[in-house]
Amino acid sequence: MRKAFCMLAAVLLMSTAYAGEPNYELSESLKASLADSKVKSRDQAIAMLAEDLSEQHISLLGKLKSGLVYADAATSEIYIREDAASDCYIRLADAQQICGIKLRRSGVSTLQKKKIEALLLSSSLSSSDPEKRAAAVKNLLESEAQSEIPSEQILEQIISKENRRDIYLNLKVAMALIKSADEKTGPQELIDCIDILEDYGNARCISALAALKNHPNPEVASHAASAAANLEFKQEVADFFEKIFFGLSLGSVLVLAAVGLAITFGVMGVINMAHGELIMLGAYTVWGLQQLMPQSLSTALFLSIPCAFMVSASVGMLIEHLVIRHLSGRPLETLLATFGISLILQQLVRTLFSPLNRAVATPEFLQGSVQIADNLSITCNRLSIIFFCLFVFAVILLVMKKTRLGLEVRAVSQNRPIARAMGIRAQRVDLMTFGLGSGIAGVAGVALSQITNVGPNLGQSYIIDSFMVVVFGGSGNLFGTLAGGFIMGIANKLLEPVSGAMLSKIIILIALILFIQKHPRGLFPQRGRAAED
Amino acid sequence: MKYSFTKLALAAMFSLNVFCSVQAADDTIKVGIMHSLSGTMAISEASLKDEMLMLIDEQNKKGGLLGKKLEAVVVDPASDWPLFAEKSRELLTKDKVAVVFGCWTSVSRKAVLPVFEELNGLLFYPVQYEGEESSRNIIYTGAAPNQQSIPAIDYLMKDIGVKRWFLAGTDYVFPRTANKIIEAYLKQHGVADEDIMINYTPFGHSDWQSIVSEIKAFGSAGKKTAVVSTLNGDANVPFYKELANQGISAADIPVMAFSVGEEELSGIDTTPLEGHLAAWNYFQSVDNKDNAEFIKQFRAFTKNPKRVTNDPMEAHYIGFNLWVKAVEKAGSTDVNKVLDAIVGVKTPNLTGGMAEVLPNHHITKPVLIGEIQSDGQFQVVWETEQEVKGDAWSDYLEGSKDLISDWTAPVKCGNFNVKTKKCLGSQSK
Repeated sequence: MRKAFCMLAAVLLMSTAYAGEPNYELSESLKASLADSKVKSRDQAIAMLAEDLSEQHISLLGKLKSGLVYADAATSEIYIREDAASDCYIRLADAQQICGIKLRRSGVSTLQKKKIEALLLSSSLSSSDPEKRAAAVKNLLESEAQSEIPSEQILEQIISKENRRDIYLNLKVAMALIKSADEKTGPQELIDCIDILEDYGNARCISALAALKNHPNPEVASHAASAAANLEFKQEVADFFEKIFFGLSLGSVLVLAAVGLAITFGVMGVINMAHGELIMLGAYTVWGLQQLMPQSLSTALFLSIPCAFMVSASVGMLIEHLVIRHLSGRPLETLLATFGISLILQQLVRTLFSPLNRAVATPEFLQGSVQIADNLSITCNRLSIIFFCLFVFAVILLVMKKTRLGLEVRAVSQNRPIARAMGIRAQRVDLMTFGLGSGIAGVAGVALSQITNVGPNLGQSYIIDSFMVVVFGGSGNLFGTLAGGFIMGIANKLLEPVSGAMLSKIIILIALILFIQKHPRGLFPQRGRAAED
Repeated sequence: MKYSFTKLALAAMFSLNVFCSVQAADDTIKVGIMHSLSGTMAISEASLKDEMLMLIDEQNKKGGLLGKKLEAVVVDPASDWPLFAEKSRELLTKDKVAVVFGCWTSVSRKAVLPVFEELNGLLFYPVQYEGEESSRNIIYTGAAPNQQSIPAIDYLMKDIGVKRWFLAGTDYVFPRTANKIIEAYLKQHGVADEDIMINYTPFGHSDWQSIVSEIKAFGSAGKKTAVVSTLNGDANVPFYKELANQGISAADIPVMAFSVGEEELSGIDTTPLEGHLAAWNYFQSVDNKDNAEFIKQFRAFTKNPKRVTNDPMEAHYIGFNLWVKAVEKAGSTDVNKVLDAIVGVKTPNLTGGMAEVLPNHHITKPVLIGEIQSDGQFQVVWETEQEVKGDAWSDYLEGSKDLISDWTAPVKCGNFNVKTKKCLGSQSK
């Protein structure tokens, strides 16, 4: 009873706190320009709010920037949404909380957001919240417009008050940027500035250094030139590693898509044109699971790895049982039949789920990028796909080398009649092998769902590349597929900046054709008895 | 007497019978709908079919046209360009449709154009395209380049202050031509060669890492940079995702897209796209009574409260109403009579303005620039003050500067050279 009373009192207190907040007295014209449906009208509102940067106005500008200002279209009464997730609004006029009403957002354009940011810059630089200050300084260092930078004196004051080390250092860089552009700065001070700029080394620093190269004082000029050269060298090294990383990441995608094919095509000798569609089914499985459990997206993603394997494997086994088995030894007919199956699967997905792409959400931990060095950052989703690819590859290797199934698969692929004479049920092995290869395709689909569109055409864009990787690596050799995928990925990414995306693909294809002329069995041909057929 | 009565009754019955059968054959006007319902283009074209069925249904509820009911003939060209030509021949000769609403890609339009000219059909084409074409038998209700790309470039140049330009496109006819026009336009406005970079990628390109890092490097030269994207369909989402992953926001380097609409955004998570731009002549979010009514009708008709509308749908809405008005004006569905009547016909568009058919068979359209919002809709940030007249032949390209198109007397030509006073192509008889 007492508890309940306390809670009631607390609720009452909270509501009085709402009421106690000072009421905003917005002028009619300000209200009208905030409530207007046209974004252009917000220019006026921002100008009006900027005239007097009172605490209220600063807070209102902040809310406007984060899209939390709403207006009633009929009465042009202004409301503030509590936060993006809540459905409750606070009416500015009387600080009343109102929930579940339909209001129009007072939208601002990116251009206007930047304007607000600039207006709020000096106030957030001197804010008491260190996070806000850190963000403001970061902004200051990135923004390209000179007009947004506060004057030297103001910055000096802010620096003297700063007590957090990282913010202090960044402020120093901002100061150096301003000073380096100022003609009145003495040579010794300029050289100090150059050192600071070289240390920080972002795009703005580089252009500031480039400007200083032509300084009349030879000492300053040479100092700036050497600093710029240093930075350029660092940039080049970073660029090179970035390219290698891009290549590895493209390669891992290729390996993932191709490794299932390496099993069905390389080991069984079946040309499965529907392989791409099995990848697509895997990607759709992720979507389906995310629809079933929208609260826990990352769990859905992990769960979908085994699920996608099962879905694609069972479809693959069905294809093997119903079609491929009856066409064994007739590669051309198999090719045509599986091509037909791929079209059927595509249209089936189109009819069942609509031709539109499906939205597969990327969990939080796969978004953004990891900073490796100053000017080298690697995107998380790509990095995790490289690791995932190696993991899948290791699992397949284990299955093929250490399990009974792997032993039987290798036996059948080396010599079918002898294997059968030894009591291996070759047909069952075929079914299991095809299931394994298809299941891996489904797992690849899970990875692809994170970097590309999940739609009916997903598979088509990967089938050609997968075949290229398998042929290049040498059919029947899993390590060949791994090496082939990575080599093709890196070669593609090294060529792309030079020749463009279109031409680099063509060059790779021609190089591959020439390579196959010389080495018809690929990078790692099978040797010994296994190669005789 | 008795004999003659029987004869009379027989005659009456006979004539009634004939009359009835004539009625049956003639009391509907057939309208062809030719959009891919299967294959790769189904993603974009399928909703246009739904919309046309709705418009025809609405018109029939209003009592049809010229006292007759409209009847839809739907064919599926399956995203296969030669099949487009076959299907249009079938529609014009076998079904004898009065008009066809169809096509999406430029290559499909190029495939059917000779068929429509040979059989004297009438096609309404609803998609923004690269221009450099004008046919007597096609009404272009989508935007010509001067109704989309040129105003968008103006916005970037004047309002955002862009100095460096990265033109990214998919490698086919629309981006190639559009980029040629944009490049010529930029150079005329004093943009230096080293500040323009053009990049083409294959269809469905999904590995954007190195191109995005190239954009990043291109944009770090200290001048405001923007990407003008003519990327088609599927390539867009991985592109925007990579931009977001590499930390490029719309505030740093905005992307202006010419092929990304509500329909394409409805299937994806739009958070990484927020703030990027698109130029169209219509957005679903436009605050207008007609538009609200149209969206409501479409959702009710398709029984899906989440369906989105987009620019080509508005183009078909305008096109259908223009055709209805032209038929009413001509008093007939005969193609020659309709074509004579249609120039100058006006109908309200869905953004609060008027669409008028021009002598070059293009229409007047407002140009809107929208920013992508987190809910997959666009927020209009800029618009032209009045409708822009569609120009078939670009004023910025060497070869087409002097060409005009005018299908009214006395010129009656799709590519008339104003300098030499000669008609270069086929002339209407």
